[in-house]
Amino acid sequence: MNFRRILKSIFQSQLGPIFALTFILMLFALADQRWSSGNYLSPRNFRVMMNSAALIAVPALGMTMIIIAAGIDLSAGTALTLCGTVLATQLKHAAVASGEPGFVWVVLQAVCLTLLTGCICGLVNGGLISLTKVVPFIVTLGTMTIFLGVGQIISKESTVYADEKNIPGWLSDFCYTGSNSERYLNFGFLPNIPNSVLLTLILALAVVLLLRYTVFGRNVFAIGSSESTARLCGVNVPLTVIAVYTLAGLFVALGGLMYYANVKNGNPSDGMGKELEIIAAVVLGGGSLSGGRGSILGTLVGALIITAIRSGCAQLSIPNTYTHIIIGGIIIVAVIVDQLRHGSPEWFFRMLPAKNNGT
Amino acid sequence: MKGQSILEVSRICKAFGPTEALRGVGLSVRAGEVLALIGENGAGKSTLLKILSGAHRADSGEMSIGDRPFRPSGPSDTRRSGVAMIYQELNLAPELSVEDNLLLGHVGSGGGLLIRKQQRPKVIEALEAVGLEGLSPTAIVGEQSVATQQMIEIARALVAEARIILFDEPTSSLPQKDVARLFSIINELKERGIGMVYISHFLEEVREVADRYTVLRDGENVGEGIMEDIDDDTIVSLMVGRDVRNLFPTVAHCPGEPWVSIQDLNGSPSPKNINIELRRGEIFGVAGLVGAGRTELIRTIFGLDYASSGSVSVNQKPIAHTIGERIQAGFGFISEDRKSEGLAQDLSVIDNLTLSRLTDYTTLGVLNLKQRKLAAEKLLERVQVKCNASDQAVSELSGGNQQKVAIARILHQQADILLMDEPTKGIDLGTKAEIYQMLGELAATGKTIVFVSSYLPELLAVCDRIGVMARGELREVRNASDWTEEEVMGVAIG
Repeated sequence: MNFRRILKSIFQSQLGPIFALTFILMLFALADQRWSSGNYLSPRNFRVMMNSAALIAVPALGMTMIIIAAGIDLSAGTALTLCGTVLATQLKHAAVASGEPGFVWVVLQAVCLTLLTGCICGLVNGGLISLTKVVPFIVTLGTMTIFLGVGQIISKESTVYADEKNIPGWLSDFCYTGSNSERYLNFGFLPNIPNSVLLTLILALAVVLLLRYTVFGRNVFAIGSSESTARLCGVNVPLTVIAVYTLAGLFVALGGLMYYANVKNGNPSDGMGKELEIIAAVVLGGGSLSGGRGSILGTLVGALIITAIRSGCAQLSIPNTYTHIIIGGIIIVAVIVDQLRHGSPEWFFRMLPAKNNGT
Repeated sequence: MKGQSILEVSRICKAFGPTEALRGVGLSVRAGEVLALIGENGAGKSTLLKILSGAHRADSGEMSIGDRPFRPSGPSDTRRSGVAMIYQELNLAPELSVEDNLLLGHVGSGGGLLIRKQQRPKVIEALEAVGLEGLSPTAIVGEQSVATQQMIEIARALVAEARIILFDEPTSSLPQKDVARLFSIINELKERGIGMVYISHFLEEVREVADRYTVLRDGENVGEGIMEDIDDDTIVSLMVGRDVRNLFPTVAHCPGEPWVSIQDLNGSPSPKNINIELRRGEIFGVAGLVGAGRTELIRTIFGLDYASSGSVSVNQKPIAHTIGERIQAGFGFISEDRKSEGLAQDLSVIDNLTLSRLTDYTTLGVLNLKQRKLAAEKLLERVQVKCNASDQAVSELSGGNQQKVAIARILHQQADILLMDEPTKGIDLGTKAEIYQMLGELAATGKTIVFVSSYLPELLAVCDRIGVMARGELREVRNASDWTEEEVMGVAIG
């Protein structure tokens, strides 16, 4: 068997991120068995990990589309908590409580307003990028703080708590990871998977189909690969870009809703830094910041990698400070590996032991 | 020192995976002499150049400079060995000054400190040698013309004390008058005893500037000798490997009724006051110097560039000035810049081919990928694109095959009015002939073609009518048979 060839084919396959995830899970499981409680791969901890991954993954689905279209959205974090804050505020001021007539309408209104907020955030980003031709990095750097400010106005610069009785049951169960199987939407045959994870999988499937089987999806790839070619082919570039950011805004809003379900409060400044986690998930999954490349499956795995490391470090009682360093290191290593996969990794393979022709 | 061999390359082999790019290639360059390296695209010229410049490493074979072995480990090593490259695309830092560009990577600046004053005489001497006496060393490179930038690149080679200069298609982006200037500089470099390798597709050019030639085909040497001893036809048959009787195959076609009418079309700053009537089944050539507004003209017709006034109508129906409307009305466009605009390089052949008309394969917004693939593969066969698979990335194809994909796209788009900007630029002779043939066949089926080119022989051979542009205006239109090359140039310069 040729060691170099096997390594090369593993390298160049799309399964790279999955191998990485498996490796990380195994590493932490072993370490956990050896030095800690051995709970790392327990169903409960697995649910916790998947739920945390879902919180990153949903906004990262939108971010994947943006990055494929050669854009970036730094405002995703603050837009996400802005949406969560809008939801919290709406529920807090709900005139009717859970169970009373009319409550469904109040909740529906609150949810719609939340999703609308996300779409508007995306529309603002996309519109500014398309109309002013300022690079997405700068536009969203600006809107990042704008959304933070708007959120703080809505929350009156504090954390918004809605009364327990004003939170509908499905919302409080949304990110539930405990052992009460009645609080899961398992339809009687599914294992106890957090509802947030179910939603993530459905959304991911939808985005996969959208990117692969629609004209819009092909146009997104074309714009990311070469905007001028797309223009020349008659693609309405400004409109497509606006649509991509608006759609990503919708995913950010869903992320905001899940964030609220998870922490049961709305704090606009919680979002600072979340955008980097979201971008990291996309990049770990093989998305290229120069556009034209990215995969939804990869993004899901990327989100899992981040949470697997974080949870593993927590299990092993590794201090937070080191967790940050480990995650940062992994991101850089992942991107180097990804470049090797796509570029000409000759220098790398030259370092490996040469073919043994003697046998 | 003249006549002495300074660069010897022998038995170079290089494979990329299963494809053998070079199979035992050799050449020798003598001091004070220009060696023409001739071959079709894919013959291995670029690979050989990359090995000489240290970008790639040869699998086997020997190279020596003077009597020392030459095994460059990278560009800086090549430079130290006295070899300089002048690429097709210029390699200067546009924001830096002329002086800083000349000294960039120069070993002479000691201790990491750049003492410009000390280097100044060298810089000025190099600039004078390439005929840029008037250029201030502190001028910004990006503000100079393309021709001047190329001279600056040559000056950089002189500052680095290069004894061997490799030119890769140096004239492809130059206006005619600057080509003459480049050649006179090359002749002066010969006097200095510098050995040069010159790569070009244009045989006329090669003949003018080179002393000897080496022909490559499929990664092997197929001929070498003294330029004066060989005629063009022999060179071409060496390159192609078969007799090419007809470099410009034509297909009989007969222009029909007036169809597309362009009236008072203006853009800013060009084109200016364009009025043309195009007929069905006509090949209309647009000649002119680089910068005469030819590209702007067809971009404006297609709606890619802003039109300040004027109208474009098909069948007397004015078409709104947006790309979408123009495509609807049957216009198709091939960009001169295949790399960054013409094709999305990372996307697959299929994606590139079908991007401008996906609606054929959608039902309720859902794409039928299988149907799309079948249609695309049929078209690839028709225009004879050589690729491993239709989902291969376009960037992996050769230049000629990429151009065929671009042409296949406007056929797929079912365009009837084909606007082509330099469709044969940087393409090998065999593919060029195929493209001329295709243009004739398309015209015979009633399509109208606007053919922009800097290469007059092809325009004169292929077109029905030729219009010559200068300073943004369409100066004169005549039947192709009524033009001579000299007359076209005369109007273009005016």
